[in-house]
Amino acid sequence: MRMRAILFPAVAALVSGTLACIAASALAAPDKVDPAADAKAFQKYFTDKFPKVKLSDFVNGPYSMNEDMRKQWEEKEEFPPYEFALEAGKEMFGKPFKNGKTYADCFANGGIGIRQNYPYFDQKEGKVVTLELALNRCREANGEAPYSYVKDEMASLTAYMAYTSRGKPMDIKIPNDPRALEAYENGKRYFYTRRGQLNFSCASCHVQSPGQRIRAEILAPALGILNAMPIYRSEWSGMGTISRRFVSCNSQTRAVPLEPQSDEYRDLEYFLSYVSNGLPISGPGARP
Amino acid sequence: MRNLVIAAVLLMAGAMPALAASEDDYKTAFAAADAAEKQASALRNKWTTTETHLAAAKKAAAAGNFDAAVAAARDAEALAKASVFQATSEKDRWKDMEIR
Repeated sequence: MRMRAILFPAVAALVSGTLACIAASALAAPDKVDPAADAKAFQKYFTDKFPKVKLSDFVNGPYSMNEDMRKQWEEKEEFPPYEFALEAGKEMFGKPFKNGKTYADCFANGGIGIRQNYPYFDQKEGKVVTLELALNRCREANGEAPYSYVKDEMASLTAYMAYTSRGKPMDIKIPNDPRALEAYENGKRYFYTRRGQLNFSCASCHVQSPGQRIRAEILAPALGILNAMPIYRSEWSGMGTISRRFVSCNSQTRAVPLEPQSDEYRDLEYFLSYVSNGLPISGPGARP
Repeated sequence: MRNLVIAAVLLMAGAMPALAASEDDYKTAFAAADAAEKQASALRNKWTTTETHLAAAKKAAAAGNFDAAVAAARDAEALAKASVFQATSEKDRWKDMEIR
């Protein structure tokens, strides 16, 4: 009896102490960065929310959510508004620089059919490299002036490169490098962080409200949103790159946009592209 | 008689226009707004509306309208402080929206 009286409080103290330790460690442990689990959950969220939409169709943005818009778009695709940019991009891509080299010399496989591998994490630089950035670096390395990141020539070049990759599944790699995981996590944080006077995050529109109207527009799902880039946007009366999309989204929330190809935007592109792995490249696209 | 004097004083006080803002008032208000916006900038979270109000304050001051300049600068300061609050509170709150 005496033994039991001594043992019971001791065991109780041990059990409660162990439980407290487990609880404390669970509280103190930082969230583990697990991009593969994120991508799985991300894709499941959208397929659960829109069970009638095929996974590969999310790359068609608002057209995957609205039948009337889809019909209009299918008709528009007979003479797509990005066609001029595509032709110009093809011509520019093949035209040699002053030193005789071409864009093909800067990229694997001569730059053909490689869009799905961008952005990638450059372990030498320790940063994310996007296709737009790689194109301008190619130009500068060959003695040419860089292009604006938001439209015109850059949109044409990326339109052509995307076109040669149509149908290929997005294939973004995250190397076993803590800096790559950090870049991915930074991109994720940027995506979910509210900003601007309207207090919107990217997710407010493209996760919480895809398929819904915001003024006259139907919001696109975040899943596959970059697979269709660059896009001809009727609202812009012209082509726009991924940089342009980020800048204009930020402005619409009344946030001062960051500079195109800032670390934040590069990381955001890395995150958004990674969670869309497996979905086909469909760019260049056309949007209202 | 005493009541009459009090009433007259109150009437005179009510009839007097409010004191106009001076250039110094504007400089003080603008410096406060500018300091708050610098904080927002360091957090990479400036708002377009803050910038608009800062520009309006400068324009009004350049035209010698210090009342409008002070009002715009105070609005800019309030907006800049709100953007700093947003950036600070979102440091962890973004996780609430995350798909898991």
